[in-house]
Amino acid sequence: MKPFRYERADDERSAVAVLAGTPGARLLGGGTNLVDLMRLGVETPDVLVDVTRLPANRVDVMPDGGLLIGAGVRNSDLAADHHVRTRYPALAEALLSGASGQLRNLATTAGNLLQRTRCAYFQDVASPCNKREPGTGCPAIEGDHRNLAVLGHSSTCVATHPSDMAVALVMFDAVVRVIGPAGVRAIPLVDFHRLPGTSPQRDTVLRRDELIVAVQLPPSDLARHSTYRKVRERASFSFAVVSVAAALDVRDGRVEDVRIALGGLAHKPWRARAAEDDLRGAPADAATFDRAAWVELAQARPLRDNAYKVSLAQATLVRTLTELAE
Amino acid sequence: MAERVTVSLTINGEQHTLEIDTRTSLLDLLREHLGLTGAKKGCDQGQCGACTVLLDGRRANACLALAVAHDGADVLTIEGLADNGSLTPLQAAFVEHDAFQCGYCTPGQLCSATAMLAEADAGWPSYASADVAGNPELDAAEIRERMSGNICRCGAYPNIVAAIEEVTR
Repeated sequence: MKPFRYERADDERSAVAVLAGTPGARLLGGGTNLVDLMRLGVETPDVLVDVTRLPANRVDVMPDGGLLIGAGVRNSDLAADHHVRTRYPALAEALLSGASGQLRNLATTAGNLLQRTRCAYFQDVASPCNKREPGTGCPAIEGDHRNLAVLGHSSTCVATHPSDMAVALVMFDAVVRVIGPAGVRAIPLVDFHRLPGTSPQRDTVLRRDELIVAVQLPPSDLARHSTYRKVRERASFSFAVVSVAAALDVRDGRVEDVRIALGGLAHKPWRARAAEDDLRGAPADAATFDRAAWVELAQARPLRDNAYKVSLAQATLVRTLTELAE
Repeated sequence: MAERVTVSLTINGEQHTLEIDTRTSLLDLLREHLGLTGAKKGCDQGQCGACTVLLDGRRANACLALAVAHDGADVLTIEGLADNGSLTPLQAAFVEHDAFQCGYCTPGQLCSATAMLAEADAGWPSYASADVAGNPELDAAEIRERMSGNICRCGAYPNIVAAIEEVTR
């Protein structure tokens, strides 16, 4: 691992000042992804700014009934939070489906959003990778891409975003609050992660000198009736092949309202707005769910070896909606 | 050039102050600097759980924790788990149920299970819980899910689950 200087941030502004003044500075949360990437040589920061002692470690109920989740709240604490478990169950389920008990105790909310892809070529510094070293190429397109993207990918990158938590948060219309030298701004989470396009080295729209301070969850009655279903290659402690976060309100046999986001399929959590639009007002039955899933997945462009993910996503979405409708 | 820092940690009830390279993981601090070799280095990337210790009372992978970031922390390792030389009920159950073969993962399994039982006592749900808003009962499926961060290359899982189940009764 490359040597680095360690600094502990006492407040948000001083953390931002270090970021703004030090091109090689990176923020340290739980370290569960960053330390691993530093050991692999993928990340080579000159300075680590530890933000875990900032006061952003609480889940607060907002005056409007929504939740404000501090950037430093650990994944395990967020999953165990009473408000999250009762009012946003899909978020608790998504968090609990990710990583292991030990990792969730370290991993933070902001760090979870900013974790890097687990694409094997990205993690191997001996291999070309446009995300790690722009312009070097993407071996995954012709190589091992069985578990990589089928939606929204480009000729430069077919990586997927690994977070479960972010899929549930995108489904719940979460907003990311960040602070930078110019002040505070709010970014809808659905716009926070990027599609790769021609600049796959940029995972998010966060600027280099900005710090995530919180994630805001708007109030929602719909959210209480939500779930997260994850399909993976083993029963536990594995990244998603496909995941579905959904919330559904059925009245008199018809879909009154619905929210859907898909994980494991794209460079970002995939909000399924085409499916949502197709479902509103339609009969809440398997045939409708099947049609809506295909409406969304018609956009899929599978690679040579991952077409199975499209039909898996279709089946998983239908199953999830069917269960929520019961 | 290597950057050096001074850290102080309480490990198994004893205060230690050391000068270390900023790159030092908590696992290497325990094993290489203090000779506490109970926590094991398996994968060194947070996937096997052999390095699990209790960090401020919560289970964590010591391999991914930078020691400098945990200055002031209270650490409990397998060496400090038994109370004055007498096994904890969980340790005794591991012996009783032959919950190991080679034993390499056992310190991590024990530290992890110790903290996992406390998490369940605190009402924390798991992905195996039917209702994340409910109060989960620790059955075998719950134990397997909650212990999935600890790999056993000998495949002693049935006996590990049986040992943990015994102390939940």
